[in-house]
Amino acid sequence: MGSQQSPVVGSSLVKRFGDFTAVDGIDIEVAPGEAFGFLGPNGAGKTSTMRMIGCVSPPTAGTLRIFGLDPVADGRKIRARMGVVPQLDQLDNDLTVLENLMIYGRYFDLSRKAAAARANELLEFVQLTEKADSKVDPLSGGQKRRVSIARSLINEPDLLLLDEPTTGLDPQARHVLWDRLYQLKERGATQVITTHFMDEAEQLCDRLVVMDAGKIVAEGSPQGLISKHVRREVLEVRFGYGLNESMVPKVDGVGDRIEILPDRLLLYSDDGDAALSELHRREIIPESALVRRSSLEDVFLKLTGRTLVE
Amino acid sequence: MSVSLNPAAYTRIVPAVVFDIKRPHLLVERSLMVTRRSWVAMVSGFFEPLFYLLSIRIGLSALVGDIEVGGQLIAYDAFVAPGLMAASAMNGAVFDSTMNVFFKLKITKLYDSVLSTPLTAGDVALGEIMFAVLRGALYSTAFMVTMWVMGMVESPWFLLSVPACVLIGFAFASIGMALTTFMRSFEDFEYVPAATLPLFLFSATFYPVSQYGEWGWVVQLSPLYHGVELIRAANLGEWRVELLAHIAVLVVITVVGSAIAARRIERLLLT
Repeated sequence: MGSQQSPVVGSSLVKRFGDFTAVDGIDIEVAPGEAFGFLGPNGAGKTSTMRMIGCVSPPTAGTLRIFGLDPVADGRKIRARMGVVPQLDQLDNDLTVLENLMIYGRYFDLSRKAAAARANELLEFVQLTEKADSKVDPLSGGQKRRVSIARSLINEPDLLLLDEPTTGLDPQARHVLWDRLYQLKERGATQVITTHFMDEAEQLCDRLVVMDAGKIVAEGSPQGLISKHVRREVLEVRFGYGLNESMVPKVDGVGDRIEILPDRLLLYSDDGDAALSELHRREIIPESALVRRSSLEDVFLKLTGRTLVE
Repeated sequence: MSVSLNPAAYTRIVPAVVFDIKRPHLLVERSLMVTRRSWVAMVSGFFEPLFYLLSIRIGLSALVGDIEVGGQLIAYDAFVAPGLMAASAMNGAVFDSTMNVFFKLKITKLYDSVLSTPLTAGDVALGEIMFAVLRGALYSTAFMVTMWVMGMVESPWFLLSVPACVLIGFAFASIGMALTTFMRSFEDFEYVPAATLPLFLFSATFYPVSQYGEWGWVVQLSPLYHGVELIRAANLGEWRVELLAHIAVLVVITVVGSAIAARRIERLLLT
């Protein structure tokens, strides 16, 4: 045993809703201080897993320990040490931004004075001090998300659960959020994040699992997964709709592996430019060609045969 | 064995919910925070007793005159006022625990976020019921004072009518909240007045239960009747052992209703 206990340990975790199996026997372990991600398309079982970890959904089968405790028997104790940013904000619409944070602090047994002090501090952290007395409704999506994050931090949690923290936000708002989450990680908070954006997973997660249809299909660091499952670079070529597949025999051997999509071909290679030169040498001229670094999207595509964001 | 069933998830029964109540007051604190800004909406509740009592004083009482209750001759308005006080406690509690709770349960999803904190479904249920009762107690006090000013109070024991209204409030807020967890849409609330209106009219509110003759026992089934009897006894300053039974009925309804409410909230939200 290490000196520090793993905050989340689950084995053979199953969650069923009637006949539907949302989570189908997964094993997970999150190390202290780690940013751990669940990457997968909608319906992969990410949120169901998060809700089980958040002690608001009892596992159908398997064992789950949070801080070494059983979420069903000791949910109250576990939740006291946890911060949750749910997929939908669930802020208290009857209260102001500041009051939202204060009453949440009270739910965690902070004194009124401590709750107020902490609320003000957190509003500064998420740069919403000027919105303290505004109601929640008029805020923008990004601002609401920041209030949610501030609220989840009111009890100085040891474990932070973020369910799709930036879904629906514009790029600018995403970057502000990523920056805050990175700062929190620097301070040592363990984070569990779900996302269906590969760039978000690459930015935020030390380690992640790729989920599909309730199962874990791959596990590792973002870079580790990319180098294990796909080549370093991708050459994307388009020959026009319906023509891509017929070009496969001609481009054979240009990359180490070919992925056929309806609108383009993906040629995986450690050197994308060299692959492109090889195409030109064979006098194959695509409508368009693009060399880019491989991403988790490519990993997902290889493992499941489907794209992440459809 | 790779998959072990989690017995704790299946063996939780009602008592577990009931005993897991530690912080209901924090939900009351939230409601007070909300009310602080919308206190004007609360003022309307103070007019209710005034309108009720004026209409009785001006209209019915003059027509009916004095009536005999348990060998005692009292003015009709002094007889009816306790019934109206009980009905008003019922209506307030029902309103607070149905529409308001449904909104927070299904529309704004307030309780989902509360259950991510150390609070439990039991805390939510009892906290909401307590706030309904608290607000009701305020209105009942206003009712009592209005009655006193209008000369309808017969005994100093009438001070006990407020705690009696608290009992009524607890009982009806508990039933209301338990039923609300079964409602699927706002249309289902059409049934609420269908239940409270007969209770209001037939719980010995406007005339003594003796008017029903041999069918008087049916009235016993109305929770409101037990509240009416308590308040009426307080107004006459009379003590009877049956009053303990009336109290017991309201207490049992409260315990059963709030346990069902807590259990249902757990079933609905902690899936």
